[in-house]
Amino acid sequence: MLNEAELRERVRAFLRDSDPTRRQDFLNARFDAGLAWVHYPEGLGGLGLPRSLQAAVDAEFAAAQAPDNEPERIVIGLGMAAPTILVHGNYQQKQRWMRKLWTGQEVWCQLFSEPGAGSDLAALGTRATRDGDDWVVSGQKVWTSSAHQAQWGLLLARTDPDVPKHAGLTYLVCDMTAPGVEVRPLRQFTGEAEFNEVFLSEVRIPDTDRLSAVGDGWSVAMTTLMSERVSIGSARAVPRESGMIGAVVKTWRDHPELRTHGLHDRLLRLWVEAEVARLAAERLRQQLAAGKPGPEGSAAKLVFARLNQEISGLEVELNAADGLRYDDWSMRRTERASFFGRGPGFRYLRARGNSIEGGTSEILRNIIAERVLGLPSEPRADKDVAWKDLPR
Amino acid sequence: MSARAGGEGFPDLLYSDAERSLADALGSLLADRGGWDKLLARTESADTYDTELWRSVAVDVGCAGLLIPEASGGAGASYREAATAAEALGAAVVPVPFLGSAVVSTACLLAALGSSREPVHLLGKLADGGYTMALAVPFETAPGAPFPVSVRVAAAHPGDKGVGWYRLRGSVRGVADALPAGMLLVPADGVPQGLYQIDVASPRVTRTPVASLDMTRQLCDISFDDVPATLMASGAEAAKALEAGLTAGACVIAAEQLGVAQRCLDMTVSYVKERKQFARPVGSFQALKHRLADLWVAVAQARAASRYAAACLASGSGDAPVAVALAKAYCSDVAVHAAQECVQLHGGIGFTWEHPAHLYLKRAKADSLAFGTADAHRSSLARRVNLPAP
Repeated sequence: MLNEAELRERVRAFLRDSDPTRRQDFLNARFDAGLAWVHYPEGLGGLGLPRSLQAAVDAEFAAAQAPDNEPERIVIGLGMAAPTILVHGNYQQKQRWMRKLWTGQEVWCQLFSEPGAGSDLAALGTRATRDGDDWVVSGQKVWTSSAHQAQWGLLLARTDPDVPKHAGLTYLVCDMTAPGVEVRPLRQFTGEAEFNEVFLSEVRIPDTDRLSAVGDGWSVAMTTLMSERVSIGSARAVPRESGMIGAVVKTWRDHPELRTHGLHDRLLRLWVEAEVARLAAERLRQQLAAGKPGPEGSAAKLVFARLNQEISGLEVELNAADGLRYDDWSMRRTERASFFGRGPGFRYLRARGNSIEGGTSEILRNIIAERVLGLPSEPRADKDVAWKDLPR
Repeated sequence: MSARAGGEGFPDLLYSDAERSLADALGSLLADRGGWDKLLARTESADTYDTELWRSVAVDVGCAGLLIPEASGGAGASYREAATAAEALGAAVVPVPFLGSAVVSTACLLAALGSSREPVHLLGKLADGGYTMALAVPFETAPGAPFPVSVRVAAAHPGDKGVGWYRLRGSVRGVADALPAGMLLVPADGVPQGLYQIDVASPRVTRTPVASLDMTRQLCDISFDDVPATLMASGAEAAKALEAGLTAGACVIAAEQLGVAQRCLDMTVSYVKERKQFARPVGSFQALKHRLADLWVAVAQARAASRYAAACLASGSGDAPVAVALAKAYCSDVAVHAAQECVQLHGGIGFTWEHPAHLYLKRAKADSLAFGTADAHRSSLARRVNLPAP
């Protein structure tokens, strides 16, 4: 197995032999050389090495100022689709999807949530019925980022309404350009549309685009969702006063006339919490690097959601008269969520979504209580009831 | 100016193998101590400190000499190990003077002695458990506090000429870990302003036990009536030594608070799994589960803060003053919150004398004042990271 020095040498050799000005060719070649994600298997962009070695590879490519795959543009592909396909896809599926996924040629989105199935995802009602070699899918999905740019969607659909809700789901990969797929922007209360609604009307999906067995959709979806949490939890170490707290402390330092004793106390409390959260994220990163992932990952999202909300709330107040103004209500599609480049009012409003998106804070607390602390679950009314007989 | 830390060379926030062995050794020693009734009974006895247990902790496990260099007879460990020990001892709320002697006094003494090797026997005696020492300052004294003036250098007595010692007069209120101590380090004003060492066997020292909020760490008031004292450091050196002791105390007590909080969480989680009301375990109610999930998150965060402070102090990082203030500010609140949740989620039994929840509540609340409140440390952070008050 390659060690870090040998791996770095291999990257340098690759860089000597490649032309970074031909971006797509360069990325394809990087994938084929196994230098895309070294912890993936050979033939799928990796070398079967420990995940911890990826940092060295990324550092070499960054140092050479080589073009990257714009990971922020293909977050769902990299963070959710790839780990799911890796675990549950067959050989042909992996060969067909992984390379274009990693190079960013094909964008992926996730078709899970529905208007009637949010926290209770397993109750979803989008129906897939078998017709020859195809599935015919009808239903409505919501909160789908990148749907308007995506080639593929990770789709969870109900294939058997006569069994309890978790047992009747099947995981399909939906061609977002297929007839019957309609994507509409979903406007949020910030004014912009970061997400979409996706309407599926008798969309035909070949059975060859199914991941894992019919009825096995829930366990495949768990792979997707657990990968999402891992990718949220393992962010790189960031400097002190990064993120939301940075904006507030800058205003505090630049504007002595805005300071009050009450705001000072709140600012210090939040500074402490933000710094401790940064240290906790770093500690989690060290645990992962040491190959000892702890359950602390599930805490990170809960903490950052609350802190973003409290800090941005403070920022609006600190801005006094300017806190009453908003930069821009106009409807526009945004490529990806960012708190910066916008005013405090936007940060305040957008942060309210942090405790809802990607698992509400209430559901995360249930997960911590049940999976980490081992507390018993609430009595369930829907456990042994066929999905079609559930009250709704 | 903005406070920068992190990036390359981030301190290790995990537990080393040596630290894990130390925690295990203390864990099994403390687990063998039997039920709570003995500990409870001791809080109402004349000897509130468990000197027998302290010998085991200090000598058998070797906690007394953790911070003392090997050349002076110690273990040559660091604040990382000291913090790990405090975490284990805090989890058991045992009445031993580890914090006062092996951490605060030792740090103070090491700073006072600097490179001078003369009274090296003192360190050796501390390391082998021969001496137990306390720093005679009020328990709530925070790092950065002005040099104390409640004890002063008194006039020499007739016949003192040429003996090489001074006499101290005055008093100090609310000193922790001084009851089981044989030696005291006393900061005193006057000529010279300095840090003095005195032997508590002197009849001119009076220690008056105080009915303390936390009877697992009983305080005492101390008065000095022209007691003979040896000068250990004077002037700026003494102030530096005092600051080193207080900073060590704030850092390591944050780890103790982490231990308290973790144990409160563990006890409560076990209890709500067992306790049934409305024909189901109360731990299956979401109202309780969410509170415990939040507490678990807070304890995980506190662990990162505490580990960072111990690592910074161990390596002499320039970020140590910020790290220690951060840890003490954060862990103080988490320990109190955990102990209060422990009481509340135990219901009626948690309000009784027989149940140990109150020992943790009292320890947590007292610790939150010790070495400066969370508020005091946030004010200190405001100065250090340039977030000035109005």
